[in-house]
Amino acid sequence: MKKVVVFDYGSGNVRSVVRMLERVGADVTLTADHDAALAADGLYVPGVGAFHACMTGLLAAGGREVIAERIAGDRPVLGVCVGFQVLFDGSTEPTTVQPPPPGLGHFVGVVDRLQAPVVPHMGWSTVHPPDGSALLAGVEDERFYFVHSYAAAQLLASRVAGRPLVTTAEHGAPFVAAVEDGPLVGTQFHPEKSGDAGAQLIANWLRRL
Amino acid sequence: MSVAVRVIPCLDVDAGRVVKGVNFENLRDAGDPVELADRYDRQGADELTFLDVTASSADRETTYDVVGRTAEQVFIPLTVGGGVRTVGDVDRLLRAGADKVGINTGAIARPQVIAEIADRFGSQVLVLSADVRRSQRGNFEVTTHGGLKSTGLDAIEWCSRAAQLGVGEILLNSMDADGTKAGFDLELIGAVRAEVDVPIVASGGAGRVEDFVAAVEAGADAVLAASVFHFGELTVGQVKDALRAAGREVR
Repeated sequence: MKKVVVFDYGSGNVRSVVRMLERVGADVTLTADHDAALAADGLYVPGVGAFHACMTGLLAAGGREVIAERIAGDRPVLGVCVGFQVLFDGSTEPTTVQPPPPGLGHFVGVVDRLQAPVVPHMGWSTVHPPDGSALLAGVEDERFYFVHSYAAAQLLASRVAGRPLVTTAEHGAPFVAAVEDGPLVGTQFHPEKSGDAGAQLIANWLRRL
Repeated sequence: MSVAVRVIPCLDVDAGRVVKGVNFENLRDAGDPVELADRYDRQGADELTFLDVTASSADRETTYDVVGRTAEQVFIPLTVGGGVRTVGDVDRLLRAGADKVGINTGAIARPQVIAEIADRFGSQVLVLSADVRRSQRGNFEVTTHGGLKSTGLDAIEWCSRAAQLGVGEILLNSMDADGTKAGFDLELIGAVRAEVDVPIVASGGAGRVEDFVAAVEAGADAVLAASVFHFGELTVGQVKDALRAAGREVR
């Protein structure tokens, strides 16, 4: 049974995340303990809410070091929603946090406001995975649940393995819906709230741990 | 490809049971909330909304329990509203398993709470639930207490202001249409759509599948209904078939 730590840094719908991981057969622990987070087969980084508030919480919990150490050791990390956005260089989201912290910078690009008639982008959208996506294998044509007002318009490069597979989606304009690059994987949508399609995606991730 | 129109069954929960009335009165029992939630998930519901219509704090505990048990087995978004007044109330519901929280009377009493909640949890977590009735003056007015008390607030102005303060979605309930099965209030939906750019969930009046199509054409991003689903008159799938036939994207 694969051991997964859901990084508990004070953000996110962690109860739903834990239940979904259990549904697909993971041995799940919800904790911010560094030893546990480093030892697990997979680290799941949730994130709901404002970018800079999440980033502040993540830094306070030592998330920068934990994530960097796992990536350096080729150990899988999955970031979801704002837990995905924080992997980029930063966000233009307005904030009262001063000075606004930059992102973790594993992915090159900036998270910016969606340009669409109706924002937030809230609901089920199709995605466009590239050939060879292991994460979206078998669910390429499914819809996933999104709820966000900001996204990275494009991935300029990756500082991880350097061979990123980018899945896109559209809301008004195209944006980055998921990235897979070596041990680091992230989705802008919420697999834990995406029903059977989300369960399949999580199972795909789990299988490769 | 754009985002799919969401079809959302609504469960009004009182003392651990689903109830539904006409014009918010004459509540009658419609079943076990966790069983219904599971049924709607299997029918293809895109989200579920729980409205806690209980009065006592003891019954409110029961609703938290219902939300928690539903979140254990249903992996689609859950919105929960009823009695939310503070950041702490939102925190509690999110911990119980809610993904989004509806606020109504609490925001009317103190609009700034919208900004406080959005700052802490983000706009996407907060849904303004507006109970709207046509007034004798001919405008749309916001009401409280299930439509019984008028607030004097113009509904269109209130929805606009709430969006500026930070709600991420508006659940627009027509108290005139609620429970009548005579169709959604299309004029109300259109009037709010013209003024706000957050998603609108149309609520109140669903009877036939054509009603849902009309609500989307009037500007709704999502459609919500209760009794037509609870009493088996329509399935979520039938509503989606009608939307698809009308050229709308559905999941």
